[in-house]
Amino acid sequence: MSAVSVTPAPVPAAGRVRKRRARWYRQPALMIGLVLLAVILFMCFAAPLLTSFNPDTQNLEQPLLGIGQAGHLFGTDQEGRDTWARLLFGGQVDLRVAFLAVIFPFIIGTILGSVAGYFGGWVDTIIMRVIDIVVAFPFFVLVIALVFVLGTGEKSIYIAITAIGWVSYARITRGEITVAKRQEYVLAAQSGGLSSLRIIGRHLLPNVITQSIVYAMSDIVQDILAIVTLSYLGLGIQPPTPDWGTMISNGQNFLTTQWWLTTIPGLAVVITGLALSLIGDGLADLLRPGTS
Amino acid sequence: MTGALQLEVSDLRVQIASHGGVVRPIDGVSLEIAPGEAVGLVGESGSGKSMTLKSILGLLPPDAKVTSGSVVFDGTELTGLSHSRLNKIRGRRIAMIFQEPMSALNPVMRVGNQIAEGPRVHLGMSRAQSVERAIDLMRRVGIPEPERRFRAFPHEFSGGMRQRVMIAMALSCDPELILCDEPTTALDVTIQDQILRLLAKLCHESGTSLMFVTHDLPVVAQVCHKVAVMYAGRIVERGTVSEVFGRPLHPYTLGLLRSAPDVDRPGLSLVPIPGSPPSLASPPSGCRFHPRCQFAEEDCKVTDPPLRLLDGDRATACLHYERCLDQMGTDT
Amino acid sequence: MGRMSFVLRRLALLVPTAVGVTIITFFMVHLIPGNPAVTILGQHATPSTVAALDKQLGLNQPLIDQYWLFIDRLFHGNLGQSLYYGVSVSSLITSHLPPTLWLLCYAAVIAVVISVPLATLAASRKDGVRDHVVRIVPLLGLGMPAFWFGLILQTWLGTKLRLFPVTGYGSGFSGHLQSMFLPALTVAVALCPVLIRSLRASMLGVLGAEFVTTARAKGVPAPRLLVRHVLRNAVIPAVTVLGINIGYLIGGTLIVEQVFAIPGLGSLMINAIFERDFTVIQSVALIYGVLVVLVNLLTDVAYVALDPRVRFDA
Repeated sequence: MSAVSVTPAPVPAAGRVRKRRARWYRQPALMIGLVLLAVILFMCFAAPLLTSFNPDTQNLEQPLLGIGQAGHLFGTDQEGRDTWARLLFGGQVDLRVAFLAVIFPFIIGTILGSVAGYFGGWVDTIIMRVIDIVVAFPFFVLVIALVFVLGTGEKSIYIAITAIGWVSYARITRGEITVAKRQEYVLAAQSGGLSSLRIIGRHLLPNVITQSIVYAMSDIVQDILAIVTLSYLGLGIQPPTPDWGTMISNGQNFLTTQWWLTTIPGLAVVITGLALSLIGDGLADLLRPGTS
Repeated sequence: MTGALQLEVSDLRVQIASHGGVVRPIDGVSLEIAPGEAVGLVGESGSGKSMTLKSILGLLPPDAKVTSGSVVFDGTELTGLSHSRLNKIRGRRIAMIFQEPMSALNPVMRVGNQIAEGPRVHLGMSRAQSVERAIDLMRRVGIPEPERRFRAFPHEFSGGMRQRVMIAMALSCDPELILCDEPTTALDVTIQDQILRLLAKLCHESGTSLMFVTHDLPVVAQVCHKVAVMYAGRIVERGTVSEVFGRPLHPYTLGLLRSAPDVDRPGLSLVPIPGSPPSLASPPSGCRFHPRCQFAEEDCKVTDPPLRLLDGDRATACLHYERCLDQMGTDT
Repeated sequence: MGRMSFVLRRLALLVPTAVGVTIITFFMVHLIPGNPAVTILGQHATPSTVAALDKQLGLNQPLIDQYWLFIDRLFHGNLGQSLYYGVSVSSLITSHLPPTLWLLCYAAVIAVVISVPLATLAASRKDGVRDHVVRIVPLLGLGMPAFWFGLILQTWLGTKLRLFPVTGYGSGFSGHLQSMFLPALTVAVALCPVLIRSLRASMLGVLGAEFVTTARAKGVPAPRLLVRHVLRNAVIPAVTVLGINIGYLIGGTLIVEQVFAIPGLGSLMINAIFERDFTVIQSVALIYGVLVVLVNLLTDVAYVALDPRVRFDA
């Protein structure tokens, strides 16, 4: 390495501490993402405040109304249901399912990954083999096959996503723990006679969980896409429950005329995905050691 | 000074905008190289030596820039030159050798092709001609079986061999000046010696000038005629090697000499320089070396001494350089 | 010779994965407690249909025997009969495989053609305006449902502007090129965000490397520098990323085939789901798994071919 590097000689300590504290709200990506997500969540879950219409109420005398007509902000679909209301309430459903669907794989994957990483040996080999096999299938192929077996509806979505989604968390956690367990503080804990469970839970996990959290952001996006795609096919959220995927499917025949019926729910997915990705990126930058 | 100067660096200043504030790794550096000369640039890590070399060829990192001063090579001002014009000089008239050949060579490109690249780009040689030239160069730098090893990749070579490849690359277009950035620091002591002899011999044979950056004083003594000592972004002493190392006129040079082991006097205890290099964002007031200087007086804390020319080419930036002469007297 | 043995060793490692893939596809229906025939038939399960299916699929036998039968038939290329169409599943797969492969390759090419220049643009002036634009656009793409984008493309470029056919596979090479452009673009756009980000990151890493400074010091002009030195090194990790995301790519084809009515494996699978054609579902899932495994092998081989340092590693 060249003897002269670009980094300046040591800055007085006080200045450095001040600099680090200010960091998290200086990350533009993270802040924009959080604000955007907050807005989206507010809009969806405060839906009754934002619309007077019921998403399920059909009004067959007023189908396919245009934007702004008869008090419908985004018109109505072919059964006279208000699009704006369906958008908001549908968002409730999709977001709720997606967020919940991330938790189980997160927990299971982290546990299995920790065990595999910390203990190594045959436990590790078995878990890694299983991961290799699950990963060998495209995510959506497995999901759709499991939905076949389990039937349609919300519960099947949770089971299918959990059964397949845990592998990523397991891989991340295992990788981090395999490296972290060689650190001195782990050796110190082991020599202090602490149980493995305690070491993993209290000492290792808090340090390695950050990567999983960053990944979870992109995982939520992937889950939203999977839910919306399944619903588009009719295999996911079942009518009459509103949902963005069903909205897209309902509107697809009218793309040349009432194009907003399909375009707007799709945009909702894109913007939600954007917000979550921004948060994920911002977190990744923030939590990456050493850089700024 | 006889003949035209080949390279003249005048009061060069480079600034980096960093999170800790503005840093000035080079804060007023002036150097001269005449054709055929070998000039050393020594100093501790962080003194700005490598950055000086990089600024000559315009290879500074993106957040660093030259704020003032000039670098004149054979009559042409290099700072502020456009990339396309600079590229015609790089590799062709001024070449550079780097410290860590494993990371300085492209890992996925064959060694021979990397050597041949210069002639192809600058001398307009055909593929066959450049290959022939590369093999010839490899032979000159002492790489055995050059025809076969042409197709090798960098990771297949040892450290010393890789550095020979870098030397071959540097010589490939017959440059007038070679800049060396600690080329032997990463090598074994025995290999170091071989490489240094090779460099000295090749430069002597072809009349190429050399600017040799290192923190290792004996290396400079082996290869260079003249030397400049750098501290905290500035030159603090200049002169011929025998003068500067034999009769240092700056406390920092004195400190460097006393902290380096001397093969001829194995019993002499080493005296390290106390303290650590200053922050380049907020250097000490007055003379930058004064906090670590055993001879520091009141005026050293206040006045920032410029590099003053004494007789001949000798220069020093110490207000009380005669103290060093006294010290040297008591050492022997 | 080191290269060959590396590839062979990777091939050997894939065997247990391939075996696992067959196990999962086989055992899918047995996940639910109870008679698998009931699971398959769903709403149509009556005692007589259940009994008939049991007999047809040999579901009465012990599990291990069933599995061995499955594997044995597999090796003879017999994937069973389609419950819905009544023809052999292997014939269905053979006829539906080419369009999917076409779509995959086409999409991969388009994705590379879009991603490489964009990533290069972004990496060459880090934190510049171009860089920020190139970084934001993929974020939109990450959250975009492929089928929705496909529908939009279909409507605007197909129906309204009549630039491309809206559905179908087309005939002949140029027919395929035309018909498959929109679907391939849809799948590619789903892949680009990941590709652009990782290619940009690896290029930034390479651009900061010392050997690039050496090349600049040699006066190598910018275009040559970018291609022969930077890209050549940056593609290595990018190829790996492409390989890892191949599952994503393949999953994307599933739904896109449906939207554009392309007679590929994806459409076959989705129809089979609706018709509860279990044998087809099982076999198509198996083929997908095998495809991913093969592509991963290809990526490993490509990696070895591109990076001369790997030959000498374990």
